[in-house]
Amino acid sequence: MIKAFLGALAALALATGPAAAQISDGVIKIGVLNDQSGTYADLAGPGSVVAARMAVEDFGAAKKGMKVEILVADHQNKPDVGSQIARQWFDVDKVDVIVDVPTSSVVLAVNQIAREKNKALLVSTGATSDLTGKACSPNAIHWTYDTWALANGTGSAIVKTGGDTWFFLTADYAFGHALERDTEAVVVKNGGKVLGKVRHPFPTADFSSFLLQAQASKAKIIGLANAGADTTNAIKQGAEFGIVKGGQQFAGLLVFLTDVNALGLDKAQGLLLTEAFYWDLNDQTRSWSKRFAERHHQAMPTMAQAGVYSSVLHYLKAVEALKSDDGPKVIAKMKEMPTDDPVFGKGSIRPDGRKIHPMYLFEVKKPSESKGPWDYYKVRATIPADQAFRPMDQGDCPMVKK
Amino acid sequence: MLLGIPPQALFGQLLIGLINGSFYAMLSLGLSVIFGLLNIINFTHGAQYMMGAFAAYFLLQWAGLGYGWALLLAPVAVGLLGIGLERTMLKRLAHLDHLYGLLLTFGMALVVQGLFRNEFGSSGLPYAIPGPLTGGHDLGFMFLPNYRAWVVVFSLTVCLGTWFVIERTKLGSYLRAATENPALVQAFGINVPRMVTLTYGFGVALAAAAGVLAAPIYQVNPLMGADLIIVVFAVVVIGGMGSILGSIVTGFGLGVIEGLTKVFYPEASNTVIFVIMAVVLLIKPAGLFGRTQ
Amino acid sequence: MERPEIVSSEGRIDTPAAVTPAWPRAQLVAFFVMVAVFLVAPFIVYPVFLMKALCFALFACAFNLLIGYVGLLSFGHAVFLGSAGYVSAHVAKVWGGPPELAILAGTSTAAILGLVIGALAIRRQGIYFAMITLALAQMIYFFCVQAKFTGGEDGIQAVPRGVLLGVLDLQSTLAMYFVVLAVFLAGFLLIYRTIHSPFGQVLKAIRENEPRALSLGYEADRYKLIAFVLSATLAGLAGSTKALVFQLASLTDVHWSMSGEVVLMTLLGGLGTVFGPVAGALIVAALENYLAQLGAWVTVVQGAIFVFCVLTFRRGVVGELGRILRQPL
Repeated sequence: MIKAFLGALAALALATGPAAAQISDGVIKIGVLNDQSGTYADLAGPGSVVAARMAVEDFGAAKKGMKVEILVADHQNKPDVGSQIARQWFDVDKVDVIVDVPTSSVVLAVNQIAREKNKALLVSTGATSDLTGKACSPNAIHWTYDTWALANGTGSAIVKTGGDTWFFLTADYAFGHALERDTEAVVVKNGGKVLGKVRHPFPTADFSSFLLQAQASKAKIIGLANAGADTTNAIKQGAEFGIVKGGQQFAGLLVFLTDVNALGLDKAQGLLLTEAFYWDLNDQTRSWSKRFAERHHQAMPTMAQAGVYSSVLHYLKAVEALKSDDGPKVIAKMKEMPTDDPVFGKGSIRPDGRKIHPMYLFEVKKPSESKGPWDYYKVRATIPADQAFRPMDQGDCPMVKK
Repeated sequence: MLLGIPPQALFGQLLIGLINGSFYAMLSLGLSVIFGLLNIINFTHGAQYMMGAFAAYFLLQWAGLGYGWALLLAPVAVGLLGIGLERTMLKRLAHLDHLYGLLLTFGMALVVQGLFRNEFGSSGLPYAIPGPLTGGHDLGFMFLPNYRAWVVVFSLTVCLGTWFVIERTKLGSYLRAATENPALVQAFGINVPRMVTLTYGFGVALAAAAGVLAAPIYQVNPLMGADLIIVVFAVVVIGGMGSILGSIVTGFGLGVIEGLTKVFYPEASNTVIFVIMAVVLLIKPAGLFGRTQ
Repeated sequence: MERPEIVSSEGRIDTPAAVTPAWPRAQLVAFFVMVAVFLVAPFIVYPVFLMKALCFALFACAFNLLIGYVGLLSFGHAVFLGSAGYVSAHVAKVWGGPPELAILAGTSTAAILGLVIGALAIRRQGIYFAMITLALAQMIYFFCVQAKFTGGEDGIQAVPRGVLLGVLDLQSTLAMYFVVLAVFLAGFLLIYRTIHSPFGQVLKAIRENEPRALSLGYEADRYKLIAFVLSATLAGLAGSTKALVFQLASLTDVHWSMSGEVVLMTLLGGLGTVFGPVAGALIVAALENYLAQLGAWVTVVQGAIFVFCVLTFRRGVVGELGRILRQPL
């Protein structure tokens, strides 16, 4: 009996099919799902909400007569919390698109749910390159960066500039292993050598023992295949043990502007890292970032927050063009339209859901080189957009025809 | 080569283990003092350790008072807060099953950690190593940062000093007598409730001092004590609840064992202490230095 | 030496044991009210939330068996919830097993784990027992972080709900809901039967005066271990079902904060009462849902409730209700 009832409901829903050329319930609901209070709160968190609001305003939704609502929730970096919120948002609150979603374990779960419920997902902070690989979906776009791009950028660019012997300090969990594996492949491909690696428990407060091993290896580069507090702790304690003074350099495989801010230049100087965005790159990024900082207690945006702005802006443009907020249809439209915004400039989106733009290898300045707050990076290399991301045919994405 | 790694590396790791053991020793000492003399499991210990680190940070930020002052004032401040907790809440549970004390302190830990996290986020705040203790010495087999050497010296001093006071002085004997028979000791004219309160404060101060020690080398962050407290519980169970010497020896010893595990099988370094606890429980349930009650 | 009660002695009826009926009237009424509410609720409230509450209610009831009736505070109970969830998810996803097999596998795992941990922990009493369970649970947590089969941080995702007994497709939310309700009621009734059986009487005797029970010839340790294993098994049942409901098994379910949560639910609801854990689970689940927008405040509120309950509200919601009605609930 229940089946018949549900069947009737389904038939009714399908019967209203042609109404897909309308915005569902007249409102475009955007859900910003990220870590609002934990380790990733600074690099995304409330800042991503600011970025999303800026995108809605810059798009001019009000003037165009489009109603846009932004919801926010804290997934606490837990896949069960994240998936429950996503489910509730899609089922009950009629959210149309979820954006941001740091923490690979959460974004994979939400990716699955968005697909099930036929909605849209725009990933800015989540890193796993599986999103455009095994887990690629017609409902999602991976916007800002991914583990492959980071490994490629940091790995190859460092080896090409002389850092050819490596020692890995890896967080012993899936994400750490993936970072290490991807970077090692790139290092070896470019002629470098991996002298050793050590896996530390995740999370670890005290790196002294592992740093000793890294020092003993005498590798030129110590690759930090970890993130968040592990990375900053390792760098902080590395300064204590005189790693940089002893001639070795740290390569952060996942580091954000806010991490460098938390460490301070005296500890982080010389750190090599890859990011997709920096506030001081050009006039456009500078003026956008200034506007952002005014709304976000004078803190400059990270690439994650810039990505939220860029993805929401493009989403709204696609919805306007399509006159509908139907999940996969909007995603398809977004892939059709080239992107253009002040943060990434001109770019495009591949059929596998990967947004393409250049990546940059940065080196953290010495305290003497910095001219003011947030003046932390100098550009060491630019990786052009067509080389920055994994080639489409290497990803095992089922949507891509070989 | 000894067991596959050069002896120099081994000594380096042993020394690192000793340094980490200092924290375990100080924290488990505080817990043991509180439990042994008060029969309270102080789950808030981790949060009080964190508050000590934050107190050092605040003293520097707001009052410009450096590390030396922090080492003196932070334990006192946090100790006073601990006394406040004991006076207002723990006293009311003294007549009930001890498990309620555990639950109360657990709840307080959640509240304190949650409030700090709301206010300060969880990325951690920076606290610099104090000037005179920066740098280090090349010992040949490793580069030993001065600050870490200081950590060992300080905690050894504090631990042995505490042991001496409790086991070898008159005040200590009053405390120990009061644990066994508070009514009788009170009848002798000694203010037992005040002693209990001050002892709790002292145990908390020990935790806060460990926090100040940790501030320059670990990130000062609201959750720094949350997972650490469980390890310290294991240390105390291994050493024997209420045994002062047991906590000190076990703390340093386990630090060393953990350090060695990081060399030979680093993935297990998180769990080795718990495995040892399980083994000790099978062989000697009262702990290595404990007495069966 | 007599230990002060962990369970408050007020709220217990004064009739002698011989006259106490197997189903006191108040409890019978409460039971029917509970069933009625749960039958109607999915049509009013978001069913996924209700399923979460039901799984937690079963978890809390299992936990309450241990602390309310045996007097043992296990601070690592999440380990049974979480590991059962992992096994259940693994069977459903990787082996493609039907849901009933998944749940069975998960529950059995929890039982075995309960036996091992129980055997180690029972050696000590009171607070030592709590600390040992906490430490052992933490060890298993770290194992789960690293083990390949648990998926570490990612957990086991996209777990298929499957088709129950070959006939009922659990993908439908309503179908899944009623299955979860059935599982909960089965577990609840099993616990109820256990408490009111001769076995349950011996447990109470051990809790009140262990030396005397020993002198009467009861092997206290064995009874405590059996109770522990039973509690672990039912917690595992809750965990296995939960993994299928949310189609996800993650580290959250083995973390010590989950162990703390179940203590909170039971304490808030009423330690040692029959319906307390159910009420507590509902309240805590609702609170988390409501406060989800303000992520970090959840821990503060939970801690505050702990403190408040321990200081002035030791009987919990249902316990207080029972005291007002002068009937055990």
